[in-house]
Amino acid sequence: MTTDAAPYTASELLAVMSARLLRDGQVVFAGVGVPLLAATLAQRLHGPGLTILFEGGTIGAYVEPGQLPPSTNEQRCTRRANMVLGSTDVLLLLQRGYVDVGFMGGAQIDQYGNLNSSFIGSPQHPATRLPGTGGGNDIASLTQMIVAMKHEKRRFVEQVDFVTSPGFLTGGNSRHDSGLVAGGMFRVVTDLGLLGFDEHSRRMTLLALHPGVTAAEVQANTGFELPTAPGLPTTEPPTENELSVLRHLDPDRLYTA
Amino acid sequence: MPLAYNEISRRTRERDRSLREKVMSLDEAAALVPDGAWVGIGGSTLSRTPMAMVWALIRARRRDLVCARGISSSEGELLFAAGVSRHLITSWFSLGIVWGVSRIMRAYTESNRARFEEWSHMAMGMRFRAGAMAVPFLPMRSMLGSDVIAQLPEAKAIDCPFTGEKLVLVPALNPDFALIHVQRCDAYGNAQIDGLPFMDLDLALAANQVILTTERIVSNDQIRRRPDHTKIPFFAVEAVVEAPFGCAPHECYGVYEPLFDHLDRYAAALKPDAEQGIRDYLDHYFFEPKSWTEYLDRIGLPDLLDAARRGKSIYDD
Repeated sequence: MTTDAAPYTASELLAVMSARLLRDGQVVFAGVGVPLLAATLAQRLHGPGLTILFEGGTIGAYVEPGQLPPSTNEQRCTRRANMVLGSTDVLLLLQRGYVDVGFMGGAQIDQYGNLNSSFIGSPQHPATRLPGTGGGNDIASLTQMIVAMKHEKRRFVEQVDFVTSPGFLTGGNSRHDSGLVAGGMFRVVTDLGLLGFDEHSRRMTLLALHPGVTAAEVQANTGFELPTAPGLPTTEPPTENELSVLRHLDPDRLYTA
Repeated sequence: MPLAYNEISRRTRERDRSLREKVMSLDEAAALVPDGAWVGIGGSTLSRTPMAMVWALIRARRRDLVCARGISSSEGELLFAAGVSRHLITSWFSLGIVWGVSRIMRAYTESNRARFEEWSHMAMGMRFRAGAMAVPFLPMRSMLGSDVIAQLPEAKAIDCPFTGEKLVLVPALNPDFALIHVQRCDAYGNAQIDGLPFMDLDLALAANQVILTTERIVSNDQIRRRPDHTKIPFFAVEAVVEAPFGCAPHECYGVYEPLFDHLDRYAAALKPDAEQGIRDYLDHYFFEPKSWTEYLDRIGLPDLLDAARRGKSIYDD
């Protein structure tokens, strides 16, 4: 975890680190919350040619500072956009292959990158009924994924209670064999570090640590054994510029509390 | 099960599809919808929600409506809590991410008092599209391998007869009624939608009958000046109701944004005891007012004006 003196919150760190993964010229399908904010941040920092899609039906969003939408379905999503279209049609662009990166938050993830946003406990008798997939299942099924989420042991579990949005399912070729021939988990960004997936086993691997975080700390906050990339690097801390642009975008700390 | 084609055709044939004026009151429109009807709800999350019609159906004490919407928000909470619906087919259901997981959705589904039938967002769209096309299903490539499809006996994973690839077939959804709110329409029901259309074009054609609420009723000449803006044809429409601020406290594109302060107060009122909180809310805003105007009066001019200023600002740039 960042030290007491750290001049940024965990959510801000998450937004900055996520934004750095997006490259200019990509087409990114962003979910609400940190993904929407991080994609907008990337657009302002280093990706003026980044095209943002929202499942509410927006192509080429350019969200205004201080005007963050409460979901991806309100008129704020369409400001200065290139196009509005039906929700079904924008989701079909994923299936058609026009999207480079899907970018979502997550409530619970497992070692193969499967995401659960439906049920804690069994579907028949859940301890908690969660809000559900929305477009999450579609995005995760059809394109390469980046997930941004808080790194907590209860969120990083060996096996999710329910696969809402598929990662690599049970690892190996299981995703492909299930009929999901495109996409898959690419990166998981957390407030502790950066994670990826082994090319063969498809298990989650720690790729980098954020400043001031140890590998032991990441493991302690993960509910399964986490292999570590050789020569584990440390990410560069958020710069003044990144933070100032981020705070300009979300002055009310709607997504970065 | 999707409706048989001859049933869909028969229903359409038997409706009066002539060019006729259909303007009526909220109460009259609510009376068209019987208990147990399947009702598609237009808009998405906090956008173009047909709140005035939801308000009228709740006041009419409708029961056992099976409701379907791409993404559901507080209208779904109110339909559950008022006892109007015990079955919502949707992809996501909570007030909105900034307010956390819906306590009403949790209370009703976890106690099995109501059902939240979860399909992916695209699956909801493909189901309405299949309904609009009058085909029993459409194929798609998501939901494979997930537990979402495992909960849905109606969705079928198949091997494509042409390519051998795995595909998911989702069944058509042909609701008895579609409730859709628009910026403007004429007395015949030619409806123009500004901004995000969501799934409303498919929903309108999938449904047997469309009940339109509209910010304003304009002349047919106005419609004919911009036919490219007309998204729903009159012959699909059964009722036209003028309901200004008809989505409040949700948004209507270019007219008003969500009433954020009102939604914050609603969420706060549900915090200590969600079920008591929403009962009080229903009493105050749904059952006690004598008219839609009085509902708006209780919401209050400051919130409405603020939302309208923000809503119209999209055209200021």
